[in-house]
Amino acid sequence: MRNKHHTSGQTLLLACLKNPERLTELSSSQWSLLLRMARACKLIAHFAGLIEQYTLSYCVPEKISNHLIAAQAIIAYRQRMAFWELNRLQRALTQCKTDIIVLKGCAYLLLDIPFAKTRVFADIDVMVNKSIINTIEQSLLAQDWHALKLNDYDQYYYREWMHEIPPLCHRLREMEVDIHHTIIPPTSALCPDPSLLFHDAVSLNVDTAFKVLSPCDMVLHSAVHLFFDSELNNKLRDLVDLDQLFRHFSTDNTTFFASLLARATVLGLQRPLYYSMRYTHRLLNTPIPKDILQASQTMAPVLPTRLLMDYLIPIALLPEHPDETSLTVAVARWLLFIRSHYLRMPLALLIPHLARKSLMRLIPSKNLN
Amino acid sequence: MKIGDLSLPEILKKTTATQGLCFDVGAFSIRLRSTHKNFIHTFHKLYRDFPVITDDQLIDFHIDMVIANNYRRWIKPQIIARIDGQQPFQAFAATHAMPLFEWALNWSIARLGQHYLMLHAAVLERHGKALILPALPGSGKSTLSAALAQRGWRFLSDEFCLVQPIHGQIVPIPRPTPLKNESIAVIRNFDARVFIGPLFEKTRKGTLGHLRAPTASVDCLKQTAAPAWIVFPQYQNQAEVLLEPLSKSAAFLKLASNSFNYTLLGATSFNLVKTIITNCDCYNLSYSNLDDVIAQLDVLSDNAQ
Repeated sequence: MRNKHHTSGQTLLLACLKNPERLTELSSSQWSLLLRMARACKLIAHFAGLIEQYTLSYCVPEKISNHLIAAQAIIAYRQRMAFWELNRLQRALTQCKTDIIVLKGCAYLLLDIPFAKTRVFADIDVMVNKSIINTIEQSLLAQDWHALKLNDYDQYYYREWMHEIPPLCHRLREMEVDIHHTIIPPTSALCPDPSLLFHDAVSLNVDTAFKVLSPCDMVLHSAVHLFFDSELNNKLRDLVDLDQLFRHFSTDNTTFFASLLARATVLGLQRPLYYSMRYTHRLLNTPIPKDILQASQTMAPVLPTRLLMDYLIPIALLPEHPDETSLTVAVARWLLFIRSHYLRMPLALLIPHLARKSLMRLIPSKNLN
Repeated sequence: MKIGDLSLPEILKKTTATQGLCFDVGAFSIRLRSTHKNFIHTFHKLYRDFPVITDDQLIDFHIDMVIANNYRRWIKPQIIARIDGQQPFQAFAATHAMPLFEWALNWSIARLGQHYLMLHAAVLERHGKALILPALPGSGKSTLSAALAQRGWRFLSDEFCLVQPIHGQIVPIPRPTPLKNESIAVIRNFDARVFIGPLFEKTRKGTLGHLRAPTASVDCLKQTAAPAWIVFPQYQNQAEVLLEPLSKSAAFLKLASNSFNYTLLGATSFNLVKTIITNCDCYNLSYSNLDDVIAQLDVLSDNAQ
């Protein structure tokens, strides 16, 4: 589907994501363009994965293949670091005797979901019960991890308003560890009950004490993260995550989508699920059954919002060509940036927070506490 | 067609156009765009022998050298390096565009060149065999490699020794050598025919001048070389030339710890460094006189014939 709002680079990027066979027909300048677009949204290694999966390496020019190898090498390195960090965390926390749920990228890796091998990720995210989060933090601090956000206001902000404590990092390593007690800031309008997530979490068959979220909750977490806890700027790869999770969990499980709808209702996460299905299907041709898409309509926002989001979301999600920036995109992203803050916090909290942040930027030397 | 085959106005016309000037530096292809005349003037001289490529070919790095559009534009203009839309560094004084461009290129290679094992070393070749000179700060590596390049050794690289994981071959990238402080005069006195670009004062490394690579070396841009010697040079005031064999295990550690991406490549780099060390003779070298040390290294190369 060619969309008149998309630039040639975006059309090419989406076409190749939807149908990797398209890669066999690319000219040199199209490969160049695709490489730049994929770099802009951190999907180079993902293409390497697709090329392997569809055995298309014969059509890849040598220079492109070099970039694919380079991107995969970086990801393989990050994954080794992540597994090592998980190993260290497990050892450090054996005393705590509590369920630790690994979230997002590391969870996909632990589950061996194929796309995880080519997925860029920055840090380790885990979730623990809120009642024990202080014990865990103290235990890690006592074992040479340290907090990254040292400013008093940041510390306060995290502890008071966020769904996680300030990020930790071990003294000798670079991998950041984010410890959450739920999947979305408690100030947000959405408030899924974390105990339901813990209840359904699954143990892994491998040699690890960590758990992961159930397949439905994993998808919903990814949906909440993208549509209710980010600015959506250039987050096509998060949409690719959703697309890949949908595909993975619905293979060999015909009732997956129906359970997903039911689970979203239980957790009160209908809206993020609606957006995920709508935009993965629209932009990436994710195979979602017609009756499911139909049923998800009951989770849609009112018509004006729906039309606005249909216009804004693709503009914001898709990467721009690095040489061409447009005002429309900037405005769309600015609107969604405002929305993201509004969703995360009621205005009564948001306005003082933003005011304080701006003031602190103006007078960096003074501690306003 | 080489960059030097085009006149300065022709080059400027290209670098100011949307398509930019695309050229090949051996291991990578680059698209450069800039309206900064003084910078392009220097660039034109230093990159004289590199081939121009058409803009429909695959380009590895897109670098724009842009005059910052801020209040200083008319008083003390600044220059920004934009790499694929990103701006990783602070602005430089516009007069220092050339060092910034070289820095931007180094940054691109170090970040995105992970399909190579990247050693921090100069590389030269004679009779088809490559000499690796790993750089330890203050070792005089650049001076030695610049001197060797003027005496019949083919110059492959000053900064990045790029090794292909599959064949273990070194890929040339004979960019200008940044000579620092006293080295500039040393090389000028060593060979009056060399071309050194304008001097940049007060950079992070002191005074900096870029030495253009010999034409013959740039002409062999695509010719890889197999490593045969690893020599760790150490300049020592008044010292006689001393080339001491180094144990393989010590050389392994020195070489691996001098790599940009040894840890990142994991098992690949371990195996590659092992192969290089196995195939190479390894030495520690102390020297002061360039003619003496070159004679010694020539003997090394002649004996391997």
